[in-house]
Amino acid sequence: MAGDPLARVLYIDLARKKYWVEDRRDLFEQYMGGTGVAVKLLEEELPRGADPLGPENVIVFAVGPLTALYPLASKTVALFKSPLTGNLGESHAGGRSAAAIRLAGLGAIVIKGASEHPVYISIHNDKVYFRNARTLWGIRSSYTVGRIIREAEPGAGLRSIMRIGRAGENLVRYATVITETYRHFGRLGLGAVFGSKKLKALVVMGKQTIPVPQKSLYRQVYQEIYNAATRSDLMKKYHDIGTPVNVAPLNALGALPTRNLGQARFEDADKISGEAMAAKHLARRTACSHCPVACIHVAALREPYVDEPYFYKTSFVSYDYEPIYSLGTMLGIGDTEGLLKLIDAVEIAGLDAMSTGVVLAWATEALERGIVSEEDTLVKLSWGDHEAYIRAVEHIVSQPNEFYKALAQGALRAAEKYGGKEFALVFGGNEMPGYHTGPAAHIGYLIGARHSHLDNAGYSLDQKIFKSQGKPLSPEETIDRLMEEEAWRQILSSTVVCFFARGIYRPEVVSEALKPLGIEMSGEDLRKLGWRIYREKYRLKLREGFDPAKLKAPPRIFETPTPYGKLDPGYVERALKYFADKIRELVAP
Amino acid sequence: MPNRLSVVDSERCVGCQLCMFACARRFGDGGLERSAILIRSIGGVERGFTVVVCRACRDPPCAAVCPENALKLRKGGGVLLDPNKCTGCGHCREACIIGAVFWDERANKPNICVHCGYCVNFCPHGVLALEEVAA
Repeated sequence: MAGDPLARVLYIDLARKKYWVEDRRDLFEQYMGGTGVAVKLLEEELPRGADPLGPENVIVFAVGPLTALYPLASKTVALFKSPLTGNLGESHAGGRSAAAIRLAGLGAIVIKGASEHPVYISIHNDKVYFRNARTLWGIRSSYTVGRIIREAEPGAGLRSIMRIGRAGENLVRYATVITETYRHFGRLGLGAVFGSKKLKALVVMGKQTIPVPQKSLYRQVYQEIYNAATRSDLMKKYHDIGTPVNVAPLNALGALPTRNLGQARFEDADKISGEAMAAKHLARRTACSHCPVACIHVAALREPYVDEPYFYKTSFVSYDYEPIYSLGTMLGIGDTEGLLKLIDAVEIAGLDAMSTGVVLAWATEALERGIVSEEDTLVKLSWGDHEAYIRAVEHIVSQPNEFYKALAQGALRAAEKYGGKEFALVFGGNEMPGYHTGPAAHIGYLIGARHSHLDNAGYSLDQKIFKSQGKPLSPEETIDRLMEEEAWRQILSSTVVCFFARGIYRPEVVSEALKPLGIEMSGEDLRKLGWRIYREKYRLKLREGFDPAKLKAPPRIFETPTPYGKLDPGYVERALKYFADKIRELVAP
Repeated sequence: MPNRLSVVDSERCVGCQLCMFACARRFGDGGLERSAILIRSIGGVERGFTVVVCRACRDPPCAAVCPENALKLRKGGGVLLDPNKCTGCGHCREACIIGAVFWDERANKPNICVHCGYCVNFCPHGVLALEEVAA
């Protein structure tokens, strides 16, 4: 890696408005980059038991050796302590963030302390500017914030503008950081951590050369990966209809969580499916930097103004499977226009679409059951009423009463306060992803380091096993398969490659791609490193109070049948017990 | 016949920037310092993209303002840079109103598109093409 600036880590202290760069090749040589290096940086910098919303919390952004060099190596990893779960927070986003960080000559950025007044940080190659953001604080729409910074900063096309909305400013514990308008560090509340530090945005611009030792081999491997990405079927589902292609098959399978998972099929699924969205609204597709796939599907939503005839606005709203699930089926919304308006409201506020939908689904059921009243909810939340939900989103952001203060802390805390934990769809403190495919999905959410469906792809294992044998693997086998997958994914997120490209970046391909950069590691070496990073992550989680023995699935998942029928609590219990043993074994010195 | 890089339809551009990376990769390295093409949004990703690249002027203003005679007219339009003559004064960059003279900060010299078409091979969405033009 001679001459590669990847090992340079930029430290930023918001309290003292200072910055410096350190050479951390010690970490990059051992842990590759991305999540592997970030977990070590976080471990170093984060005081034990830190308050996630206190100045002592630390944000780490990291990229890896493949970033900006190969197609689909387009993601940035963010690590922090999550204000939603109180433990390790990890979130990945694309846009132009990864290329910009790498080409600013950096491998990671560590942000510490808190500013006493709103600021945004602007990184231009070797210089870091602390800009006053008092004027940006409180602006209604996250789109506007992006627009203003775009004009204030140089480097169009070569920069990333990561920003929070009002949800982040108001410390909603599932507030997002938005980048390039349609991509997000979505889950686990990085936006609230930004807000607690009075950090409105982070701009990174870079275009430096990354020297490659073996130039012709580099071009050759590049071409092979490019061909796989553009000429094979491996990426087809992402570029054609996009992730919403999942709506119809999951519904047919009876695995699509609907109305707070009271059902697993939605009668209007065909009206909000990927096919329906594309036919009615698809206006443009866009891509992250260095990704030929262009999975970002943007809908055009044309709305008349009611106060003036022949006066319209057209909004561009990006949609994916997850917001269609969380803000659509979970809330019983079966029309694309209502759904897009709600997705847009969530984007304007800067909230995580998934947590917001699940929180609102809990609130709707709580109101239905009389656990809370309309005095609490202020609006009559009812399945399918997108206008009521849009008003509720605004209340989550502004928190006008005790009920919305609780909702702003997530479904678990709200249920602890008001009751209704049995139907709060929360896993390890994080709201549920959109797959009720079987035991592996739910166990996967519980044991995944982020409680995300992408940690270990339990949803995919469920569907594969269902197709091949119709009944689940043994609990132990399920855990083994999930852990194996999660360990490997540490390599994808350490090099850093988009998880959507996992079919292309098999261990041998990652090994080939590293070779021209002067990194000799076999597929087997990489697998082993994946396990080491996985272990380091869990060590940090345990240090911060994670207890695998306390993992518990929400009772609701056992009531609504999956494709395998009703899940057996005994099965899940046995799996979790086995997992707790495996984790103890893994982290043992 | 000489070639010219042409932007067939910028509305098809998804902003993946593979052309930019390809341009720099001609030299075997990564990064964008030496790229001679830029994809940027039109006031935000939500409004689509624009392709900034040399359009092969027949009477190029960049060459007209070069005090060192370092920019020679290229057959088919545009210019070729003689790096040995270039002093990095930056007049060419100022003269190009579409912003297609990019700058290599490290070398302190312009990046000039030579219309080789390498980027076209990595445009998966039909935005760019190489066309033959009169000499």
